[in-house]
Amino acid sequence: MTTKSQALLNWIDERFPLTSSIKGHLTEYYAPKNFNFWYFFGSLALLVLVIQILTGIFLVMHYKPDASLNASGVPVAFASVEYIMREVPGGWLIRYLHSTGASAFFVVVYLHMFRGLLYGSYRKPRELIWIFGTLIFLVLMAEAFMGYLLPWGQMSFWGAQVIVNLFSAIPLIGPDLALVIRGDFVVSDATLNRFFSFHVIAVPLVLIGLVVAHIIALHEVGSNNPDGVEIKKKKDANGIPLDGIPFHPYYTVKDIVGVVAFLFFFSAVVFFAPEGGGYFLEYNNFIPADPLKTPPHIAPVWYFTPFYSILRAVTFPLFGLDAKFWGVVAMGASVVIIAFLPWLDRSPVKSMRYKGPIFKAAVAIFVVCFIILGYLGVLPPTPGRTLVSQICSVLYFAFFLLMPWYSKLDKCKPEPERVTFK
Amino acid sequence: MSVDQKMDSSRRTLLLATSAAGGVAAVATAVPFVASLTPSERAKAAGAPVEVDVSKLAPGEMMTVEWRGKPVWVLRRTPEMLASLDATDARVSDPNSDKPMQPDYAKNKHRSIKPEYLVAVGICTHLGCSPSEKFKMGAESGMGADWQGGFLCPCHGSLFDLAGRVYSSMPAPDNLEVPPHQYLADSTILVGEDGKA
Repeated sequence: MTTKSQALLNWIDERFPLTSSIKGHLTEYYAPKNFNFWYFFGSLALLVLVIQILTGIFLVMHYKPDASLNASGVPVAFASVEYIMREVPGGWLIRYLHSTGASAFFVVVYLHMFRGLLYGSYRKPRELIWIFGTLIFLVLMAEAFMGYLLPWGQMSFWGAQVIVNLFSAIPLIGPDLALVIRGDFVVSDATLNRFFSFHVIAVPLVLIGLVVAHIIALHEVGSNNPDGVEIKKKKDANGIPLDGIPFHPYYTVKDIVGVVAFLFFFSAVVFFAPEGGGYFLEYNNFIPADPLKTPPHIAPVWYFTPFYSILRAVTFPLFGLDAKFWGVVAMGASVVIIAFLPWLDRSPVKSMRYKGPIFKAAVAIFVVCFIILGYLGVLPPTPGRTLVSQICSVLYFAFFLLMPWYSKLDKCKPEPERVTFK
Repeated sequence: MSVDQKMDSSRRTLLLATSAAGGVAAVATAVPFVASLTPSERAKAAGAPVEVDVSKLAPGEMMTVEWRGKPVWVLRRTPEMLASLDATDARVSDPNSDKPMQPDYAKNKHRSIKPEYLVAVGICTHLGCSPSEKFKMGAESGMGADWQGGFLCPCHGSLFDLAGRVYSSMPAPDNLEVPPHQYLADSTILVGEDGKA
């Protein structure tokens, strides 16, 4: 480095911790050397967040959150999305990037969470990382839900109608709460405007704050790895973990490979199947919102369907309260319970590699149930399907609630002293 | 201040009082923000009653009008349709309309002022979808051979009979709401206001 640029760097470092931050979080942040495929999804989630923010900024320049009808009798919001698609140069691409990005976000986040489940990344001392992560998931669902109202199509409208009414199931305060969320007695222009405000300002700010907290907590304790052993236990003479490698350049370069592969699939969807077969952009949402007519079949977007199935599975009243209320409780609990994983897992080992057959079977059943619930959530309900979703919901909760027992009973293999690496 | 010095308790009291006053101010400031989220005066004023002309409605037909942004159904029931209410009596969860989902003048078997005309808010009491018409009886409806005609909510499968009474063991807890309404003339209904008012 030339003396001039060194002098500039010194000038900055005396005023702002630039060099020390780069060292602490990149060049001298030691990550386990045995990361595998599953470790791409954290950085990919960050990439998708950037895609969503960038495309979102440009969409807001043309979108109008206005439910009133224009001269041709089409809601202004709906028409402005059509305008972006047909008349804004490049608008179609920016919007498809944003709509595909929403689904991609959930794809990578679900895989990222599954990675945590596989390798016990939620276990001590990473409980807070996991809790921040669960909160990110929760906030992401709110963000996606509010964004989905903005095109003001039939699915936007009726989806919002159903979800806002969930809150009215809460005893005593429910109806007033729903009123405050909608800002009107029905989903209307007031609702559209506040969801727009939340979607572009409030929720993204919270999301970014939580992501920062997630990463700060991660860098405080260091990453877990596929073997679930702490690399900080074995250090060399300089205090550097023997099985650690600097995040930059090793994992930045590795993650770029992941980014390229991801963008390959992402672009394929954006350019060739932006509607995702009706799962990413539902066909009924190409019809402007009609407050008088619910489409014959409404289903949430695919990433909400497992939880939606759990909501529908509760069809009986309990303790004098409606099935509706308990459905909402079950759905809320199914998300919140994820946060308790660090205290439910009592296994002596972290990683699935060394866990015993019971835990492996439990995870397999859990994943199958989650997928079945997701699949049933897009279908109209029938008595048979309701029964299947009830069974899967029970198994979903059993996976968490029985974990303290079965994870203890399980016959685990001994963990290695150091990470295994071929 | 060194550790062994005695705490100046009057300053501590002042600190607490100042913090409390500041807290009150902060909460008071939050009030208009929360208030701004509640329905505006315009939204509250938008609930004007709606006049419906039912003279062109044939028996067995239903029309939908908008009242307060919600669909309101007016169904002209045939004698067979009214008879079906006897068959569904045992299958609905609130056959006598004991829950206050209707004005007192509609708290009867047919849940309406005139037996022929049902006026109901077409919003499922579960999560607010608008149920679809399934008026045909029996297997023809695709709803099973013992179906008596009624409504199916497409969102969560709740079933209602032709008086908007919800079947037992459904996600929806209550019968469909019957809005306040009155007859201005033989074939003109005013939705949104009852006669007493």
